[in-house]
Amino acid sequence: MKFKPLEILTHIILILGVLLMVLPIWFSFATSTHDNVSIMTEGMKFFLGESFSQNYNEVLNEKGGWSEEVTAARMFVNSFIMALGIATLKVVISAMSAYALVYFRFKLAVPIFWLIFITLLVPLEVRIFPSYKIVSDLGLTNTYTGLILPLVASATATFFFRQFYKTIPDELLESAKLDGANSWRFFIDFLLPLSKTMLAAMFIFMFVYGYSQYLWPLIMTTDEKYWTVVMGMKIIFTENYEGVALPRTGERFAYIILSMLPPVLVVVILQRWFIKGLIQTEK
Amino acid sequence: MSFLELQNITKIYPNGTKAVNETSLNIENGEFVVFVGPSGCGKSTLLRMIAGLEDITNGEISLDGNIINKIDPSERDVAMVFQNYALYPHMSVFNNMAYGLKNRGISKEEINNKVNDVAKLLEIDQLLTRKPSMLSGGQRQRVAMGRAIVRNPKIFLFDEPLSNLDAKLRNQMRLEIKRLQRQMGVTSIFVTHDQTEAMTLGDRIVVINNGVVEQVGTPKEIYSKPNTKFVAEFIGSPQMNLFNCKIENGIAHIADMKINLNNSTNLDDATLGIRPDDILISDNGKHSCVANLVEYLGSDMIIYSKIGDQEFSCKLSSKINLNSGDTFKFDISGTSVHLFDNTTGSRV
Repeated sequence: MKFKPLEILTHIILILGVLLMVLPIWFSFATSTHDNVSIMTEGMKFFLGESFSQNYNEVLNEKGGWSEEVTAARMFVNSFIMALGIATLKVVISAMSAYALVYFRFKLAVPIFWLIFITLLVPLEVRIFPSYKIVSDLGLTNTYTGLILPLVASATATFFFRQFYKTIPDELLESAKLDGANSWRFFIDFLLPLSKTMLAAMFIFMFVYGYSQYLWPLIMTTDEKYWTVVMGMKIIFTENYEGVALPRTGERFAYIILSMLPPVLVVVILQRWFIKGLIQTEK
Repeated sequence: MSFLELQNITKIYPNGTKAVNETSLNIENGEFVVFVGPSGCGKSTLLRMIAGLEDITNGEISLDGNIINKIDPSERDVAMVFQNYALYPHMSVFNNMAYGLKNRGISKEEINNKVNDVAKLLEIDQLLTRKPSMLSGGQRQRVAMGRAIVRNPKIFLFDEPLSNLDAKLRNQMRLEIKRLQRQMGVTSIFVTHDQTEAMTLGDRIVVINNGVVEQVGTPKEIYSKPNTKFVAEFIGSPQMNLFNCKIENGIAHIADMKINLNNSTNLDDATLGIRPDDILISDNGKHSCVANLVEYLGSDMIIYSKIGDQEFSCKLSSKINLNSGDTFKFDISGTSVHLFDNTTGSRV
């Protein structure tokens, strides 16, 4: 097999890109398997060390926080619940609202769509005080509901679903109508299966969005039981560092590596659907 | 009372276009009726109103004795075959056919039997597990038909279902649709802009133009006695020749040609229609013309010529030896012509 110069060049660029993405992660992982003394004296590591089980064990089970009550494992669970809730509800709500906007003939459909669309200009960070006020008045601080609910509406996803539904030919709806499908059945039997790819893609994006929330859980949670991973990254394993003890760099890298796993898993699992949908264009 | 009755049906779209105007029509049980007309004439709109996919602005539709104006499409018990088939892309052929039955709460076993029977009838029983994207155009067409047949509806509606097929397949499917309809005896309405399809399929043809029914009749009636100039021109291939002429005492004057109609009509502004195959070529014909162009079609040929400044065509067997530029002689029988009054457009 012969390679053309252009192919070699493109491959070199691709390989460089991959290295650029993977190396930092590898460094983090390698470093996370060393003990703190050698990290302190020798810096970041390229090769694996021997403290893997010790570091990861400590990260998952050591109680941290100011009250020494919360473990990293707990924070992973919290983040996972929050991201899952946000992603699921965002996808469900946007798919349904896009359905209403596209298929139900009501006069205000267009203004309502634009109203939804301009909420893109007011992300959570802008409305964080009113949102906090509402959630706290409802007594939802320090609950999963409070973590999830203010983030479940998504203009982006609504927009994408709307655009997708608009490409579905009218005859499909008409044919389904004649076959006795009511509006609910049409949504379940037609739109959802047809937008599988879209659902998977949106779910991935929204999961990562929910998982990487920082400001909202920081304000929302005073009870350490509801801390999330991204918050914890700032807080955990710092309390022992008072100039005397060694910085617990190994554990912190282990924590970072672990925190990357849930979104990676979601992507890996859903990408099958994603790719399948991309290959089979059936409309 | 007829099986399907349309009474003074009018459709006006929100933007003010009048698609269908005061149309009335009776269709009997088991009949195969074809709506034919140029594109945009309102034939599809009429069909979609029967299906319940368009609101009716005015008038009344009744099916099997019940007024169905306000009845939901799913409750009307009609099945429709769409131009692009509208197969459900994410469902297998089996599920495409079974979906309507499932929604009607029919048992699984019965659905299985029905789908398999219909699939055999249409020779698609090998394809039941495939997705529509894996089927050819003709197969998709069959599945679309199967989906309609399996529901055993009161009425079949076909919305130009053959226009996406190539010519050979179209003829084949046309025959098949006719055969199936005969076999099952289900009332059918078929919309097309193709007059050949209309002539070959329909027990009766409804010629529609500008949202108005121009003529209803058997293919033979429509062909031999077109009611209006529009029908005369629309039905028949090649098109009927239409000559502007003046009729004096039963004699039609076209340029310097005279045709005796054997009656005593007087009309200043008339149109005389002559089918291309009613122009009889013979060596001792009364009239003569120069063939400007000869189109050879195998068994037939078509000659294009002019009388005065009015063009016309005639169709004859290609056994006759005639080339472009030749002069030919012909006769026109006064009984085989169609006379229309230009002021009203209708037959005299």
